[in-house]
Amino acid sequence: MARAVIEIHSLTKVYSMGEVEVRALAGVDLLVEEGDFVAIMGPSGSGKSTLMNIVGCLDRPTSGTYLLDGIDVSTLNRDQRAVIRNAKIGFVFQSFNLLARTSALENVELPMLYGELGLTRGQRRQAALDSLHRVGLAGRENNQPSQLSGGQQQRVAIARALVTNPAILLADEPTGNLDSRTSEEIMGIFQQLNDDGKTVVLITHEPDIAQHARRIVHVRDGLIQSDQRIEQVRVAGKGIAPPVAATAATRVSP
Amino acid sequence: MKNAVTRLGNITIVGLKAIFRNKLRSFLTMLGIVIGVGCVIVVVAIGNGATQSIQETINSLGSNFIMIFPGAATQSGARIFTGQSTMTVEDADAIKAECPSVAYVSVIMRTAGQAVAGELNWGTSVMGVGVDWPFIRAWNLSDGQFFTDADVRSAAKVCVIGQTVADNLFPQGAAVGQIVRIKNVPFKVVGVLEKKGGNTMGQDQDDQIVAPYTTVMKRLMGQTKVNMIQAAARNATGVQQAMTEIEGLLRQRHRIPPGGDSDFMMRSQEEIAQANEQQMKILRTLLLSIAAISLVIGGIGIMNIMLVSVTERTREIGIRMAIGAKGRHVLLQFLFEAITLSIVGGLIGVLAGIGVSALAAKLSGWPIVVSPMSIAISFGVAGAVGIAFGFFPALKASHLDPIDALRYE
Ligand SMILES: Nc1ncnc2c1ncn2[C@@H]1O[C@H](COP(=O)(O)OP(=O)(O)OP(=O)(O)O)[C@@H](O)[C@H]1O
Ligand SMILES: [Mg+2]
Repeated sequence: MARAVIEIHSLTKVYSMGEVEVRALAGVDLLVEEGDFVAIMGPSGSGKSTLMNIVGCLDRPTSGTYLLDGIDVSTLNRDQRAVIRNAKIGFVFQSFNLLARTSALENVELPMLYGELGLTRGQRRQAALDSLHRVGLAGRENNQPSQLSGGQQQRVAIARALVTNPAILLADEPTGNLDSRTSEEIMGIFQQLNDDGKTVVLITHEPDIAQHARRIVHVRDGLIQSDQRIEQVRVAGKGIAPPVAATAATRVSP
Repeated sequence: MKNAVTRLGNITIVGLKAIFRNKLRSFLTMLGIVIGVGCVIVVVAIGNGATQSIQETINSLGSNFIMIFPGAATQSGARIFTGQSTMTVEDADAIKAECPSVAYVSVIMRTAGQAVAGELNWGTSVMGVGVDWPFIRAWNLSDGQFFTDADVRSAAKVCVIGQTVADNLFPQGAAVGQIVRIKNVPFKVVGVLEKKGGNTMGQDQDDQIVAPYTTVMKRLMGQTKVNMIQAAARNATGVQQAMTEIEGLLRQRHRIPPGGDSDFMMRSQEEIAQANEQQMKILRTLLLSIAAISLVIGGIGIMNIMLVSVTERTREIGIRMAIGAKGRHVLLQFLFEAITLSIVGGLIGVLAGIGVSALAAKLSGWPIVVSPMSIAISFGVAGAVGIAFGFFPALKASHLDPIDALRYE
């Protein structure tokens, strides 16, 4: 069995808004091994983003334990979490979240400016170029976000997430703002990265997109409802029909 | 250590890029400081220029100089002058004859008029004086001769003109021997005064015509009451003695009982300089407070725009934090931006201030003296203001929660 990159036990997250308490996560256990590709699905408000933000060290759980790459991150302070986000996590957002009026290259270089590695300018530039090359954007490094299509912007965001060579790539509805063909291309990139050994966790609403992963986790009301391996992975660009029947059959109530 | 240096270097890069990314915002942030610093420099330069040129004019009176004018002095030293002058030509003659410490005495009549020479005319001031006057003011001629005692006694229509008048009425030169008409009275130019300079707030000492006081009284003013008497002591140390002698003599001639108020007032050059220094101090304090206020307003401007910018850039801050920026990084970035903008703004302000001062000097003809001290102080204050007013917004930015910042619309 491969090494666990994410190891979560009895994780809860409670938002208290005055009198009302919202249990966004109600006790989640999750194990993600190195090299896996997990799609998280579930209805709106089920707690997917909450889980992802905790996994990405952007937020802290109310209780429970979380080991990232063997490190207990649930107890880290603000600065320590910033270091972890920088070194171990690559985050891709639905709305791309690139810096405006900043070239693709500079956007991708940004994480290295906050890093602890002390890279030289030349090294930063080279790493950013390599990363842009990996997502198929060689030649567009001087374009600003407003001069790129949505799909290209998301590629820049993926290149930025990759550039520090993180242990895990997290994506919260990365294709939510893209049409189906572009979504397919972006999923192709995630599959390519996963084939190269990168661990990927992504949230999606679309079953078609989820079928590109190796494993689908269903969340409902802050709990994991089902967790299954995909028999027939859909390969991006190849257009294999999703095995709808198989998905439906394995849906079980806990 | 090396790591810390690289990291600080990285923040510098991040900050500079942020400044250049939004040029309009950066410009607006700087504007307050530019105006503040520029204002300080211009205002101090004008104050200095005024002080210096007035001082020069006063110095040019010579340290032996004494001025006697009609009117009583109040306790505070202000002059009350109601109606008729009680000083006469005979008073001047008596001072000359009876005060041993006094070397020169001249009656002074002042009026103004349009001077016409051929096609040209020039509005100027006309002064009636006695033959001692060039000695009192230590003023030589660059051409011709001063008028004589005989000219004064016969109220001859002759005059000596200042350099500015000569330049305007006789642009080709050769003024001596020509005729200048003042209020339709033809005056023969017998000499041209040396250029004195010392322009004081628009008052040009070289812009005047000097004629015998008898002629000015009779032909131009139609009065025999004396405007002023000027005198010179034999030497600088004798000024006090000369003033005592003059006071005693005039009180006796005007029959003022012991203990009564004099109907005239005297000022030595030193006293004029002191009174002037007092006024200049008030002027400078006033100007400096205006300048200080404008600097503070500039600082508040920086803070406002930085605060708006933190709100406007909340999402940017969230993105930076999501990819690994610590609170400290964000704090330093915003602080660096504020300091850079105030220093660059300060530099532009210094240049603008010097430029505007030079322009003002050229347009107004006043001497304007830019002081290195005002540059140093306003620049220092600009930097301090940038740090002080940039710190609060920067701190606010660094305390943002990454999730909240990312969600911010
Ligand atoms: N900052 C917050 N304060 C209060 N409640 C919150 C906060 N963030 C999320 N919640 C609540 O937690 C629950 C889970 O939200 P979450 O964003 O994780 O849902 P989601 O599964 O990502 O939904 P979607 O598919 O619409 O993105 C929701 O009920 C939401 O209202
Ligand atoms: Mg969500």
